[in-house]
Amino acid sequence: MNKELTREERTDALGGMGCKRKRVEDARFTQGKGNYVDDIKLPGMLHGDFVRSPYAHAKVVSINTDAAMALDGVVAVLTAADLAPLGLHWMPTLAGDKQMVLADGKVLFQGQEVAYVVAKDRYIAADAVELVEVEYEELPVLTDPFAAMESDVVLREDLMGEGGALPDGAHGPRKHHNHIFTWEVGEKEATQQVLDEADVVAEEMVYYHRTHPCPLETCGCVASMDKVNGKLTLHGTFQAPHAIRTVVSLISGIEEHNIRVISPDIGGGFGNKVGAYPGYVCSVVASIVTGVPVKWVEDRMENLMTTAFARDYHMHGKISATKEGKITGLWCHTTADHGGFDACADPTKFPAGFMNICTGSYDIPTAYLAVDGVYTNKAPGGVSYRCSFRVTEAAYFIERMVEILAIELNMDAAELRRINFIKKDQFPYQSALGWEYDSGDYHTAWDKALKAVDYDGLRAEQAQRVEDFKAGKTRKLMGIGLTHFTEIVGAGPVKNCDILGLGMFDSCEIRIHPTGSAIARLGTISQGQGHATTFAQILATEIGLPADSITIEEGDTDTAPYGLGTYGSRSTPVAGAATAMAGRKIRAKAQMIAAYLLEVHDDDVEFDVDRFVVKGAPEKFKTMKEIAFAAYNQAIPGIEPGLEAVSYYDPPNMTYPFGAYVCVMDIDVDTGVTDIRRFYALDDCGTRINPMIIEGQVHGGLTEALAVALGQEIAYDDMGNVKTGTLMDFFLPTAWEVPNYETDHTVTPSPHHPIGAKGVGESPHVGGVPCFSNAVNDAFRAFGLRHTHMPHDHWRIWKTANELGLHG
Amino acid sequence: MIPAAFEYHRPKDLEGVLSVLVEHGDDARVLAGGHSLIPMMKLRMADVEHLIDLQDVAGMSGIAVDGGSVRIGAMTTQNDIITSDALAGAAPIMHEAALQIADPQVRYMGTVGGNVANGDPGNDMPGLMQCLDATFTLVGPDGERTVAAREFYEAAYMTDRDDAEVLTAVSFAAQAGGYAYEKQKRKIGDYATAAAAVLLTKEGGVCTSASIAMTNLSDTPIWSEAAGAALAGTSVDDAAISAAVGAMLGDIDPTEDNRGPIEFKRHAASVVLGRAIARAWSRA
Repeated sequence: MNKELTREERTDALGGMGCKRKRVEDARFTQGKGNYVDDIKLPGMLHGDFVRSPYAHAKVVSINTDAAMALDGVVAVLTAADLAPLGLHWMPTLAGDKQMVLADGKVLFQGQEVAYVVAKDRYIAADAVELVEVEYEELPVLTDPFAAMESDVVLREDLMGEGGALPDGAHGPRKHHNHIFTWEVGEKEATQQVLDEADVVAEEMVYYHRTHPCPLETCGCVASMDKVNGKLTLHGTFQAPHAIRTVVSLISGIEEHNIRVISPDIGGGFGNKVGAYPGYVCSVVASIVTGVPVKWVEDRMENLMTTAFARDYHMHGKISATKEGKITGLWCHTTADHGGFDACADPTKFPAGFMNICTGSYDIPTAYLAVDGVYTNKAPGGVSYRCSFRVTEAAYFIERMVEILAIELNMDAAELRRINFIKKDQFPYQSALGWEYDSGDYHTAWDKALKAVDYDGLRAEQAQRVEDFKAGKTRKLMGIGLTHFTEIVGAGPVKNCDILGLGMFDSCEIRIHPTGSAIARLGTISQGQGHATTFAQILATEIGLPADSITIEEGDTDTAPYGLGTYGSRSTPVAGAATAMAGRKIRAKAQMIAAYLLEVHDDDVEFDVDRFVVKGAPEKFKTMKEIAFAAYNQAIPGIEPGLEAVSYYDPPNMTYPFGAYVCVMDIDVDTGVTDIRRFYALDDCGTRINPMIIEGQVHGGLTEALAVALGQEIAYDDMGNVKTGTLMDFFLPTAWEVPNYETDHTVTPSPHHPIGAKGVGESPHVGGVPCFSNAVNDAFRAFGLRHTHMPHDHWRIWKTANELGLHG
Repeated sequence: MIPAAFEYHRPKDLEGVLSVLVEHGDDARVLAGGHSLIPMMKLRMADVEHLIDLQDVAGMSGIAVDGGSVRIGAMTTQNDIITSDALAGAAPIMHEAALQIADPQVRYMGTVGGNVANGDPGNDMPGLMQCLDATFTLVGPDGERTVAAREFYEAAYMTDRDDAEVLTAVSFAAQAGGYAYEKQKRKIGDYATAAAAVLLTKEGGVCTSASIAMTNLSDTPIWSEAAGAALAGTSVDDAAISAAVGAMLGDIDPTEDNRGPIEFKRHAASVVLGRAIARAWSRA
């Protein structure tokens, strides 16, 4: 029967790479049948809840748990004093620092964990939290990193040496007791010289405000210690379940084989679920102490106030150019506010992540970057919110600096970009700050984008609008936001990328079943990205079995091969590559089986969509389904039974997706209200696995970009109180606030990736934030604005207009 | 976000409601749509030991338009307001304002009574009621009384309602003339940065009367008598609008919050009022 199908029909029947396969996950998600952490209910399970500090900086004088313990249903109240004998009152962070699990004599940020209540139900736990009496003695609060670097106030006494000495931190010497590290890349003197001798230098302080990833599901876990067999099972919202297993083993002393970490369905991560939080440690301890499972799920306020924030980078930039507009040098000094503990989630050797991608899409011959990390009285974190490590910071920085340079040069910002793009024939391109860009074709993408939006027409319309505004005919200005971003994703090569010493490879294990279906397990974990759909598509194309016959399983460390998890758009670049490579191992063995069955030499058969055919005689073939069965029922000389493979993939390089975005925005000068008329997004993520999933990823990333650019922030007052601790004030856009997005693409495959894919989940966020921000800034360019900080909410836009004298 | 324990009451009639209120005083609160009270309880900012759910109490919802008067039961939802043809004819400003409250899910649950009785300065209906010169019907152990919306609000969450009283209905005269409810907010579901309710009448190109109320610009809604007076007798030209805006600015007292500093809020108030007046005048 198969003989009657054409090659195209057989290809279509696989549902492999490039097709718009519907997400297999959606049936359960859209019917409320997902299984999230809070859905897990184990027999006898207890519930944990935190007593949290109302102060941003205070000495903890005393903690009285008597009243709480007296409440019926309360099982335990843990404090640092209870954890200290186990050595668990502090825990290591991913950044080489350590963090208090429960307040050890002081608190460093509002909302910090002070005591952990364990009770028979969630309501009793919350009531008991109210009954724990904590006496605080307030200390001076530092919320500004520049002030912190000048202040006599010591935030981290635990890091002070004898007699006020300042021992080195995890990333080298420290300059001040509130200083964490200095990280330098590039050529300082050479860059300074280029700037000194340049025709034109544009300088600006670009502040990327503090915000927060806001997954719909907050963080949580269920810890279950089986005292009989000594095994700990930890269910949790983990973006990196294997890494969590290793960390739990290292800090608890439980042998790693006795720990099983399970990430069930996860309702979004965006970097928020990469790190380890006190809730996990306390729940594990509580389960060990009580011998029954303990659940902890944070509420929305706890999530916004305490689990990992993103950004808070003060980026002081200088960019130089010839008078014709050729960029000659880039200088950046970043002051990074890390909060009370350095809990950034970055590869160990990169304390500021991949901020050194800040030369962006441009051929900048000389550059220098320095980043100083600083402690303040804010929540710890510094994760990559829908971006690879610190990449939105880098992209925002360079895309603002280019716009400001265009103002300095009195040039069109699109043209300035065009004359500075890295050219297609320069790839692989070695950047001044140390990266080797794998592939790109920026000019093609840029021209396609500008043509699609009729860029010249937009500029003409904008000029007319400015005239009309000046003539009093309108109170609305028009902004054209441009961005050409280059991302760096797919961390990463083990030679320079590790987290806590764990190399950032990833993995895939495939088992083909006798009847021609399969299961593949990966070291990654989907949080909504659709891995069960797309990885099956990769395999379908690689091994010739239908995607619908392939189960993808992730998130159970007892069954999945070791991997570093899902963040930084690394799943497709790394685990996707491992999947393809494992598939090729399957295919190699299948080829030998096919040759045996067809009674020809191995080299005389070749793969053809879903089968091996005898070269030159396509009527002689064995389908993959037939080969799978043979692998289990025939004794083939020299070949082991079964059809399984595993691959651990250490990527030779990062991948470098890019894109060209244009935003057209109307701004009401009197109210500060913005109206996004048009948003065009061209993404080049290399080989496209599932165009429909890419489209969804782009929409999601752009929407989070809109949020960050136009209002989403974690704001503190001078006392270190969080002013935006609920969704009333923390901006999460609804369908109403989101514009219609036009998506487009070019395809420039990665030359080093087995299937040429680069990753796409985070590109729209990386490119979207500067694009929205540039639109706001651009609207006021004709009135003398150089730069105004995000978030561009109504009152800040109004303030900008007011300061430019636009309110008469 | 876990509320403290409370007793849940679900009486079938007003007598049952009142008996719980009388017995427990300010330890008891009635629950209408719950969109303000429940979050306050979950944040443990409101300590309610006895929660009295009004949803089974007969006769508390419905819109009655009788000749020139309108009566809306306290348990009438915002969605009921939006879908009422009778109200659209008698007081179209209600329709325009209700559409700017939160989102459809909230409007299916949120009620007129809860919105006006809670005394939250961010709620839209109190200012609207003052603009309409509505009266509120309150029923307590001593019987029924009415109070003018313009006299009802004392401070944030503080009203003329006694702890043992229930607000059962709002009433106002059907409106003729121009109307507008203009609201600036950060996103769907947000309270107003500034909002203005305007009703006015026109005869022969002259404004014969005007009523203006502002929302979320003080700790109570602000009915600006002076602003309305500034329009009356004018042709609502730019000078008259400026005078009305100026008068309004003398009556509001906004505070700084995440929506912006005082200076911005005063500016936004001026803009939304100017636009509301212009739109109302165009409809008059």
